[in-house]
Amino acid sequence: MSDAITAEGLVKRYGGVTALDGLSFTVPRGTVLALLGPNGAGKTTAVRVLTTLLRPDGGRATVAGHDVVEDARRLRAHIGLSGQYAAVDEHLTGAENLEMVGRLYHLGAKRSKARARELLERFGLADAADRPVKGYSGGMRRRIDLAGALVADPPVLFLDEPSTGLDPRARAALWDTVSDLVAGGGTLLLTTQYMEEADRLADQVMVVDHGRAIARGTPDELKDRVGGNRIELTVTGADELEPARQALAWVAVGAMRTAPESLRITVPVTDGPEALRRVLGRLAEDGVRVRDAGLRRPTLDDVYLTLTGHRASGAGEQARQTGRTGQAEEALR
Amino acid sequence: MNAVIMPVADGWTIAKRNALKIRRSPDMLGGVVMLPVVLVLLFAYVFGSAIHVPGMPYREFLLPGIFVQAVIMSAQITGYTLTLDLRKGIFDRFRSLPMAPSAVLIGQTVSDLLMNLAGLVVMAAVGLAVGWRVHTSPAEAALGFGLLMLFAYAFSWVTATVALALRTPESFNNIATMVSFPLVFVSNAFLDSSGLPAPLRVVAEWNPVSTFTQAARELFGNTSSALKTADVWPIRHAVAASLLWIAVLLVVFVPLATRLYKKAVSS
Ligand SMILES: Nc1ncnc2c1ncn2[C@@H]1O[C@H](COP(=O)(O)OP(=O)(O)O)[C@@H](O)[C@H]1O
Ligand SMILES: [Mg+2]
Repeated sequence: MSDAITAEGLVKRYGGVTALDGLSFTVPRGTVLALLGPNGAGKTTAVRVLTTLLRPDGGRATVAGHDVVEDARRLRAHIGLSGQYAAVDEHLTGAENLEMVGRLYHLGAKRSKARARELLERFGLADAADRPVKGYSGGMRRRIDLAGALVADPPVLFLDEPSTGLDPRARAALWDTVSDLVAGGGTLLLTTQYMEEADRLADQVMVVDHGRAIARGTPDELKDRVGGNRIELTVTGADELEPARQALAWVAVGAMRTAPESLRITVPVTDGPEALRRVLGRLAEDGVRVRDAGLRRPTLDDVYLTLTGHRASGAGEQARQTGRTGQAEEALR
Repeated sequence: MNAVIMPVADGWTIAKRNALKIRRSPDMLGGVVMLPVVLVLLFAYVFGSAIHVPGMPYREFLLPGIFVQAVIMSAQITGYTLTLDLRKGIFDRFRSLPMAPSAVLIGQTVSDLLMNLAGLVVMAAVGLAVGWRVHTSPAEAALGFGLLMLFAYAFSWVTATVALALRTPESFNNIATMVSFPLVFVSNAFLDSSGLPAPLRVVAEWNPVSTFTQAARELFGNTSSALKTADVWPIRHAVAASLLWIAVLLVVFVPLATRLYKKAVSS
């Protein structure tokens, strides 16, 4: 048994909506799989089925060798879950929350207490340990929820959009924590709307669309298919769009997108900095005036557009914006 | 851990969590401790000066009725808290843990029972201060409080069922208020129901609130031979009828609430 998670043809319907449409995948023990997709792709539904919170309408799945339907109770002793929305008790302190979780994993009073303190320390919450969670910031709540998933040191972890809603700094801290975690040899399934998060944390990425897998591979494989960076170029006048397109075609490795109303052209390239240098050199030679030029990583929208030919339905704009959040992200590359 | 110990141990863990929550929410604590005090004083002094029951001081007649009313009000905390928790992700956390699923409702009802007990103690103390007296043996009086606690526990499961069917705090509160007020007021809790017009009197006589109130009055000795009791079985055998009611409530509502909980959290 080398697969920590197996899913075969999972189906889940909500009335007329098919949230999971025959989703199949495996996660080898000790590896990290990221489910990448926009809002409504079915990521949370997949996590809920695998963590026994939801019964699938079709297909079957196992986690740590236990069937999610037949063997739910035993399965739960082997998993830790941090859901899309922090599941913590506001009136309890951070320490009390974690102790309660330890008791419910049946660790016993003493170990639950010790484990709670240990995790609070590790997540930088030691100072806030004895304050009610009510007064915690969003980032602190996320961390206490994540700590809750780790109380019993479970071999298989599920994190549903762990960094959504965090500011760039809190996100970077969270990524460090998660990297450390999986370095210890655990199996992790994580969902995300951010290409860079999948890139940073996952061994394998599965792109999900309408409850189906549309691509799977290592982050590098995926980026090769989608193109590495984007050059985004804004010219000063409409008559300069065409010469600029010609210069860009020279380095493009995929379809070029032009937004005439904003005088902006976007194109995927492989060696970003070098490509940008060459393009700017040529534009200068041709006398094309440039208002703005820069590199950015592919957003979820770019991934979708390339893989499916359509834009990510729900989160396109949001993912696009966070794709450009500036220094913090830059530093994480 | 085996199938018998686990629900109890996990239920206790959840009950402790709820007890902490109650301690940290002054509004809830205020509702359970202050409200009964206000009610005792209000009824004792306002109604007490207007209402007269034959053969005994009104305050002695009143206190068992107030106890029953307070139990009904406090048991609603169970349902209300469940609707609040349903809104948050905390049940997802519980359901992803290898705990006994039944522990959530067991823990909730047990902690609410402890809160109800605290309310009863405060009310009894205030009652004694304003002239309520127990005229029976300590054993009988203890039975009286025991019966009230059993009723409180059983009624918690009723409010849990309603809450899990309705699922929002607003709709739960509306229904709870709409049902509990007539239930309490069309009964013998605050006045001698024999004086009511015929249709209301029949309702009051068969109302379980009257049965519990009558049972408490008998066990505390707050009765008078001058006061004629209704000639229906649940009033003439109030203690037995109360125990029967408690058994019926538990048998019906424990499985029902458990089923509705599973449904409410698994969608
Ligand atoms: N409880 C529910 N009731 C009805 N529809 C739901 C429910 N949960 C999810 N859905 C629908 O299922 C689809 C997948 O949702 P979800 O798994 O939450 O996606 P994601 O986590 O990728 O954003 C969406 O169309 C969503 O509207
Ligand atoms: Mg989701």
